[in-house]
Amino acid sequence: MNSPTRMSRFRAWARHNLFRTWPDGIVTVVFGSLAIYVALRLLNYVFVTGRWDVVRRNLKLLLVGRFPDDELYKVVIAVAVSALWGGVLAGLVIGRQRRAGTYIEQPKTPAKHIGLLVARFWPILAGVAVLLALSESFGPWIATLVIAASALAGRAVGLTVAGPVSSAPLPVKAILGLVLAAVPLVAVVALANVTGWDDWGGFMVNLTIAAAAIVLCFPLGVLLALGRASKLPLLKATCTAYIEIFRGSPLFVLLLLANNALEFFVPRSIAPGVVVRAVIVFTLFTAAYVAEIVRGGLQSVPPGQDEAAKALGLSPARTTLLITMPQALRNVIPAQIGQFISLFKDVTLAGTAMGVFDLLNVGRGITKQPEFAGLRLDVESLAFVALLFWVGSYTMSRESQRLEKKLGVGT
Amino acid sequence: MTAAATSHPVRPPFWRDVRVLRWVFQIVVLAVVALVLAWLYSNYRTNVARTKIPTNFKFLDRPANFEIPGNGMSQTAPVRNALVQGLLNTLRVAVAGLILATVLGTLIGIGRLSKNAVIRALCTVYVETIRNIPLLLLLLFANLGLVLQVLPRLTNAWQPLGIAVFSNRGIAIPWYVGSGWTLLAIITIGIIGARLVALWRQNAFDRTGAPARTGLWSAAVFVATTAIGWIAFGYHVTTPEVAERITIGGMRLDPSFFALLFALVVYTASHIAEIVRGSIQAVDRGQDEAAQALAFSGFQRLWFVVLPQAFRIAVPPLGNQYLNLIKNSSLGAAISYFELTNVTQISVANSSPPVPAFALALAVYLVISLVVSGLVNVWNRRLALVTR
Repeated sequence: MNSPTRMSRFRAWARHNLFRTWPDGIVTVVFGSLAIYVALRLLNYVFVTGRWDVVRRNLKLLLVGRFPDDELYKVVIAVAVSALWGGVLAGLVIGRQRRAGTYIEQPKTPAKHIGLLVARFWPILAGVAVLLALSESFGPWIATLVIAASALAGRAVGLTVAGPVSSAPLPVKAILGLVLAAVPLVAVVALANVTGWDDWGGFMVNLTIAAAAIVLCFPLGVLLALGRASKLPLLKATCTAYIEIFRGSPLFVLLLLANNALEFFVPRSIAPGVVVRAVIVFTLFTAAYVAEIVRGGLQSVPPGQDEAAKALGLSPARTTLLITMPQALRNVIPAQIGQFISLFKDVTLAGTAMGVFDLLNVGRGITKQPEFAGLRLDVESLAFVALLFWVGSYTMSRESQRLEKKLGVGT
Repeated sequence: MTAAATSHPVRPPFWRDVRVLRWVFQIVVLAVVALVLAWLYSNYRTNVARTKIPTNFKFLDRPANFEIPGNGMSQTAPVRNALVQGLLNTLRVAVAGLILATVLGTLIGIGRLSKNAVIRALCTVYVETIRNIPLLLLLLFANLGLVLQVLPRLTNAWQPLGIAVFSNRGIAIPWYVGSGWTLLAIITIGIIGARLVALWRQNAFDRTGAPARTGLWSAAVFVATTAIGWIAFGYHVTTPEVAERITIGGMRLDPSFFALLFALVVYTASHIAEIVRGSIQAVDRGQDEAAQALAFSGFQRLWFVVLPQAFRIAVPPLGNQYLNLIKNSSLGAAISYFELTNVTQISVANSSPPVPAFALALAVYLVISLVVSGLVNVWNRRLALVTR
């Protein structure tokens, strides 16, 4: 007779979720009004009282450090190439999923498609919107358009070549894989040639250090995990000692040690600068944590898998490489991403411990510039820095949750 | 296959014998590791010989040449004392942080599963915001934003109810007057007494079936012991007051201590909340429903049925968070809180040899980590389900 209208459904929801009992209602009113008050104060701060000039004037410094102005287009090209690369990878993955029948088709209407994309990537969109709102020239607008376009183009290319690539012979696939893996590396190294590593700064250096350490720590971590899980006593003891020593040490002290004492341990001629030094410390440190995560994954693989592989006559190396390791790694993808998120956040420590000119260091420095000194702009500057880190980590953690659901793994 | 063939297998040549290969492989790996370490060590020897920097720990006895405000350490005291004070400051912030972070994290973790949508939303926003921001940034925010901008000057300090003083010179809270060690002894005796009484009550319950009421009995014994000791040794509490440019009485917490504690607690609580939430969700729903069927109230269901089982699941990851908090307290160096790392760093700047000094600090952190993870393991074993 009376189908539930939107209003009555809302009332039922509110009854159930806000005013279940008397005390519940009081809690709702008290905390609700508190939340509204804080939100209003925040909005007021962001749009009215906040003095964002300090961020606006230093936007370039915050993002790319002291990178020379007339070379900036190279940064944009490098990011665009990386975006293209990411797009191609995404396209290849989607193509593969479509053929395997595991791809969940998106709704066909463009409006719904855009809605889904916004729901998925709103933190990044919000971050880009803030950056564009703070920018004082057209440069960032053009850069954003170029990067977004190359990502979409990459995705389209990936989708079209997905079919031919899947039917290509193995050597062709291997060569393509190597080329794909080399692209971001070449882009970054080409950029590093413009200025030395140690003149890098801003968010760019955070992203580079984190990415380099993630790529490097992973193989080391897997080897350590295999060593610790092996039945060979000497190997096991060595790997366990490494893992426990690094897990028991504060990262900050390790960075200080590398900053103060590395010259004692390696000849001065090959002692690297701060950025490379930071990458080494983060790699060695995170590898110990990755090892423990992978070890957990190895333990989660049912022993029957290993036994079945043995029964089929596979050698120990093949058993690990083809049977146990793929299953172990798949099980621990969420934990790995969690570890990489903390690595991304921990790069800020290199700024304080080693003087890397990273985003947080820039954020602290700009409030001391002559025109802003004494104005107490720390909160404004830190808020902007926090936003960039939040966008990065939150996106990674959301994507990790998506993947977790898709793979049906996780804690 | 004949019996003769199995009883006299042909030994493979040694280069194809798995037992030999295993050891060869291990020895090669070990040799490479040893070579790398030896190379590093020989570099170290040549470099210290060239720069004449000492490699022993005699620097510990030299005068420190710097002061640690708030700890009453003079410049002429040896480095050893400074490091001990630094370690004490580390432990101070770590212990306070562990307790507060556990309480806040548990509350927020429970809040994320609340039936009330407002509480749920607030807790979710808290977790998803704080968890995704670097700790160092939170720490700087606490130091530069909260302490230096929000807290008032001492001349117009907040003094809620006259029992505490909040100002940008620090926070002063009521504190006891008397010997800390004696108080620790009194509390230890109280805990032992409470534990004994609890055992006695449990025993009585097992024999006679009389209500055990262990919680009530042990609490009473603990309170009584502490109260008697408190009065007998003449302890009393002073509340802080503002006098000219300082606060008198009570205990003054340094602004940097407050900032570090705030950041560590807020950050770690966001991680603990996720652990608690996951653990509560991992407890079988039937447990909660059964308690509901037995007419337990909401609090009783949580406190007596769900949380004890959830903590059984939560202890190992919780232990990791505790270790993280202790190690993260080294970030105090970034805001000049005089904990172990900062004191080590300052003493290195005051011409202590860097390698032995940092090695010592790392060794201390390793020992703390081992002790804490040992305690967590004991706790875990006590909570673990006893199965066949």
